[in-house]
Amino acid sequence: MEIAGIFKYLYEQLQATGLPQNWVDLISLLAACFMIFGFLALVVLFFVWWERKVSAHFQQRLGPMRTGWHGWFQTIADSIKLLTKEDITPKAVDRPVFYWAPIVAFTAAFAPYVVIPFAKDLIVSDLNIGILFVLAITTFTVISMLMAGWGSNNKYALLGGMRSAAQVVSYEVPMVVSVLAVIVFVGSLSMVDIVTAQQQIYQWFIFRMPFGPIAFVIYLIAATAETNRAPFDLPEAEQELVAGFNIEYSGMKWSVFFLAEYINLFTVSAIGATLFLGGWQGPFLPSWMWFLGKTLFLVFVFMWFRWTYPRLRVDHLMEFSWKVLIPVGFANLIVAGLMKYSGWFNW
Amino acid sequence: MDTKELRTEEFTINMGPHHPSTHGVCRFKLTMDGEVIVRAEPVIGYLHRALEKICENRTFPQCIPVMDRFEYCTSMSCNMVFALAVEKLAGIQVPERAEYLRVIMLELNRIASHLIWYGTTCLDLGALTPFLYAFREREDILDLFEMTCGQRLTYNYIRIGGVSRDIPEPFVPKARKFLDEFDARVDDYEALLNGNPIFITRNKDVGVMSKELALQYGVSGPALRASGVRFDLRRDDPYGIYDRFKFNIPVYHNGDCLDRYLVRMQEMRESAKIVRQALEQMPEGEIATKISPVFKAKEGEIYSRIENSRGEMGVYIKADGKEKKPYRVKMRGGSFNQLQVMPHLVVGHKIADVVAIMASLDIIMPEVDR
Repeated sequence: MEIAGIFKYLYEQLQATGLPQNWVDLISLLAACFMIFGFLALVVLFFVWWERKVSAHFQQRLGPMRTGWHGWFQTIADSIKLLTKEDITPKAVDRPVFYWAPIVAFTAAFAPYVVIPFAKDLIVSDLNIGILFVLAITTFTVISMLMAGWGSNNKYALLGGMRSAAQVVSYEVPMVVSVLAVIVFVGSLSMVDIVTAQQQIYQWFIFRMPFGPIAFVIYLIAATAETNRAPFDLPEAEQELVAGFNIEYSGMKWSVFFLAEYINLFTVSAIGATLFLGGWQGPFLPSWMWFLGKTLFLVFVFMWFRWTYPRLRVDHLMEFSWKVLIPVGFANLIVAGLMKYSGWFNW
Repeated sequence: MDTKELRTEEFTINMGPHHPSTHGVCRFKLTMDGEVIVRAEPVIGYLHRALEKICENRTFPQCIPVMDRFEYCTSMSCNMVFALAVEKLAGIQVPERAEYLRVIMLELNRIASHLIWYGTTCLDLGALTPFLYAFREREDILDLFEMTCGQRLTYNYIRIGGVSRDIPEPFVPKARKFLDEFDARVDDYEALLNGNPIFITRNKDVGVMSKELALQYGVSGPALRASGVRFDLRRDDPYGIYDRFKFNIPVYHNGDCLDRYLVRMQEMRESAKIVRQALEQMPEGEIATKISPVFKAKEGEIYSRIENSRGEMGVYIKADGKEKKPYRVKMRGGSFNQLQVMPHLVVGHKIADVVAIMASLDIIMPEVDR
């Protein structure tokens, strides 16, 4: 069953009430905002539980088992605890910067959902710069980390913030280059166009030889770094920097960072699914199921990375980006361009 | 216009005593230039419990449980080194079976200790999963200890004149089963990390300790053997019945974190070999020589040393012949020397390497602070 119809029906009902058109638009936009917010909150609750379960089973443990069936209530209990926790602001912090950092992080995490196609015809706004918008907006995360690192007035936090700035800026480049290979082929930045270019399974960009798989792998690596997850979790490297940029945060401010981190995880997985795995396209099942299934698969892959690999060191991290990923990415981009230009394999 | 030259400033960062990866309560004052260490100064003493002084107020057998706390990852070795010293001092004979039991327990304890090292090293490098794998195997060893002496951490098992009790019936089959699986498990550990490029780059040529530096600082144990010195007290100054077993002493020559890792991984296999031989050869018989709980040792002094998983562990006892207590006890732990050599190893490396180097030296704070 497609769910886009429900929203269309609701919109028509709203129009039928006789409100002026700009009111109708405003109400429907606000409704979309709240729906996405609710959806993301649920996704994060699920991810936290899921990550704990996945890691537990990798490590031959059971994970949370006590609250609810297989501990499904655990994250809800944890979030209630976080909401009621004292919010400590240390004396020496730079107050405005310290206060705004989580808000910037959250906004940057939330905004890309404007252009993510959740299902057939289900997208908040099909901007013609879609993917560019996502890449631009997600970069704001690094500003929030710098703010948190600088504003906390703590050396560990500062090191974490500086690391995250260096890391995210370096990995932005290979990520964009890998995405460019897809854009070159589609000829459009719009997310909907990218999805419609991958109608059959053999048209999915991950299966387009030879540039598709390479671009996908580069994207996957760069996305892991972008979301600051292991093996690229240097900004919050627990064993070195204790907690990195968010060391001084507690209670609700900390949980907003946490929320943003998991939303970012969903974002990069959703983009990966849209760009390389055909988005919501797929046989038999309704389109939103395909989208969610592919996204969750990628999320699982990221979790798999996290619980398997040791962490890179900061200089190796830079070397890997500038000396390996970026040259390979550009070579790959040239191959994609040549293929598009010459018309070979142009399915 | 004032054209001040742009310059960077060094800053001091305080790593520990509350820090997730200083293995207890070690503190480092790190002077950093960005992420690079310029100077490092270890600050010790946060775990000082005056164990040496406590021993001076107890009779000889009462000192054994105190020794348990000396280095709690390998309590068996601590019991052993004290018992050996007192036995030498008072001329007590140990029954054959007790000698074998001691070797079995010591080597199992060495494996358990190396497993903790393996798990925490992976944790410190950011790989969280191997820790749990290592603890799965350690659990089997702890079960064996528990069925023998009822304890899982501070065993108080090796006593003066023998051991506290005989092994129960299911011990030998269970130990054999563990040893049969163990080699395959170590293969698994190595498969997880040895080929991992991240792990290799994090460890290769990091924290290189030259042979000369190691010898100057009295570094011993696996850290010394990774620097190319073939020195193992089990072979070079055999105590107990270690001269009866065949085992290799792994030696590597680069002295970096990777070599220290490789040495320890092989040592686990060698220890398993020794336990197998000991289980094979163990005779029936008495497990302890009866001694009076308040015996007086003859006047004299003694230093006994054994090869612990963290290097040479020694205890020096002076008895005055009048009291039922030791007059003076001095303990030596391998971690102390390894911590002192650390400032030389970390300079010029990144803050992440401090953690890696500390993990590879396998420093444990109770042994340093006593």
